[in-house]
Amino acid sequence: MSTATALKTLINIKDLDLYYGTYHALKKVSMTIPEKAVTAFIGPSGCGKSTLLRTLNRMNDMIIGTRIEGKVEIGGTNIYSNEVDVETLRKKVGMVFQQPNPFPKSIYDNIAYGPRLHGIRSKAKLDEIVEQSLKQAVLWEEVKDYLKRSAFSLSGGQQQRLCIARALAVNPDILLMDEATSALDPISTLKIEELVQELKHRYTIVMVTHNMHQAARVSDQTVFFLNGEVVEFDQTETLFSNPSDKRTEDYITGRFG
Amino acid sequence: MQVNVSKPETKMSFTNKQMNVADKVVPILLFLCAAVSILTTIGIVYTLFSETISFFKSVPIFDFIFGGKWSPLIEPKSFGIWPLLSGTFLITLIAILVAVPIGLASAIYLSEYAPERVRKIVKPVLEVLAGVPTIVYGYFALTFVTPLLKSIFPDMSVFNALSAGLVVGIMIIPMVSSLSEDAMSAVPKSLRHGAYALGATRFEVALKIVVPAAFSGIVSSAVLAFSRAIGETMIVSVAAGSTPNLTLNPLESIQTMTAYIVQVSLGDTPHGSVEYGTIFAVGLTLFIITFLLNILALYVARRFREEY
Ligand SMILES: Nc1ncnc2c1ncn2[C@@H]1O[C@H](COP(=O)(O)OP(=O)(O)OP(=O)(O)O)[C@@H](O)[C@H]1O
Ligand SMILES: [Mg+2]
Repeated sequence: MSTATALKTLINIKDLDLYYGTYHALKKVSMTIPEKAVTAFIGPSGCGKSTLLRTLNRMNDMIIGTRIEGKVEIGGTNIYSNEVDVETLRKKVGMVFQQPNPFPKSIYDNIAYGPRLHGIRSKAKLDEIVEQSLKQAVLWEEVKDYLKRSAFSLSGGQQQRLCIARALAVNPDILLMDEATSALDPISTLKIEELVQELKHRYTIVMVTHNMHQAARVSDQTVFFLNGEVVEFDQTETLFSNPSDKRTEDYITGRFG
Repeated sequence: MQVNVSKPETKMSFTNKQMNVADKVVPILLFLCAAVSILTTIGIVYTLFSETISFFKSVPIFDFIFGGKWSPLIEPKSFGIWPLLSGTFLITLIAILVAVPIGLASAIYLSEYAPERVRKIVKPVLEVLAGVPTIVYGYFALTFVTPLLKSIFPDMSVFNALSAGLVVGIMIIPMVSSLSEDAMSAVPKSLRHGAYALGATRFEVALKIVVPAAFSGIVSSAVLAFSRAIGETMIVSVAAGSTPNLTLNPLESIQTMTAYIVQVSLGDTPHGSVEYGTIFAVGLTLFIITFLLNILALYVARRFREEY
């Protein structure tokens, strides 16, 4: 098992076990995630991809009965240690969900929500953040004249890009995407894939996907999970062309899962 | 070998006599049930209007709307509605100031903070509280709250607006909290997650995501509370006094529109007299105020609705 050593490691997961009550959802997971690159999690349904993704911004904390053992280090700090402030962590580790979930507010207020939360009051500054974030999410041209309209007036694909812009507006370092394109049509999906390629120059991206082609197209490193365990993680090219584990090969060739 | 299988002919029938009868009768029955309540309402409104009109044949409507003194039973008689309006207003204001903030706060607690276990216990208890007869609240105001208040305001009258208003407020807290909690629980989890993922605290999620998204439901609950407070009769009859009093001082004895209606209905005022007619005029005033409030509420709820 060889790692992507060319890139600097940002996230280091060590012997992570996660239990939902008595259910052992992640088993001794260890891996490294490189900085400013795209890492894809693949594997059959229920194998723990979303669960692992949620450990990275501690959204699992909100699920009652969750217990965690092991370490998740981001930039050298164990995010489960006592001195870590969860809200600050989540500001640094943004998340985009499977279903677009814009707030029932205007397009502008959706983007400005995060910055306002973190104390930015100046109208000029907020205007600038809204424009920058929408531009980064390649949505600006489509909505710049309608910023006061409800976010629900947008199409599903636009809504998802709005959610990406909303996450970017609080200036995170890491962006987590949980099957962010699975509810979208092929063209919107392509747009978001292109966007991810663009964003990886500035952000570290971790995405869950059920679409093997998507993982192959957009990611630099791929992690294959099975039943809560990491079977294999490697550079995407290597993993798809020359998997070292028989189970990985079976999965990517479509023999199960 | 070839077997000649004759397929049975497909027979299709689309009639069902029994169903048809039920389908025709049931809607009629349901309509009749709906009609009962509509007809009753029409009947009530009709009586109110016709009795009020005949009342205004003997008392100038101008005196009623602009007069500052209400003493229809004692000479010299005067029929100015304002003392009853101010009494009702005072009670309602105090009640709303108690019920809306406390009700909303407990709704936020129940929907955003309380563990499932606590919610399962507290919600039904609140609903039981809403079923306590109002006469019980009335005597609670008179025999418990008033003496308590008297130790703070020694000059206060035994019958006063403050005590009654506070207790009316306490009575409607469960309604506000229960309805607001329903509205807040209906806000999708995904919206909360979106906000948490941006680094919002629980309190920020409650205040800036859940409350705005549930706003129209919260307004409706506040308006219902308003209507209950305006219409509340027993507590004010027992604890607020029966002195029509044009004042905004909550420590004085007052009379509300509802309490006045009770006083006359239970007294020996002869039917058909002018004095008796006052209760219809007052009742219609009450009806119009509540009606306008409900329209306002509909407008507000629609204006500030956040779709999700
Ligand atoms: N809140 C929860 N409480 C209890 N068990 C859970 C919870 N969330 C997930 N699980 C269980 O943990 C396991 C991993 O779930 P997870 O959602 O991480 O899978 P996944 O790989 O993301 O699947 P999918 O591809 O279907 O999204 C599953 O068996 C699931 O039933
Ligand atoms: Mg998942």
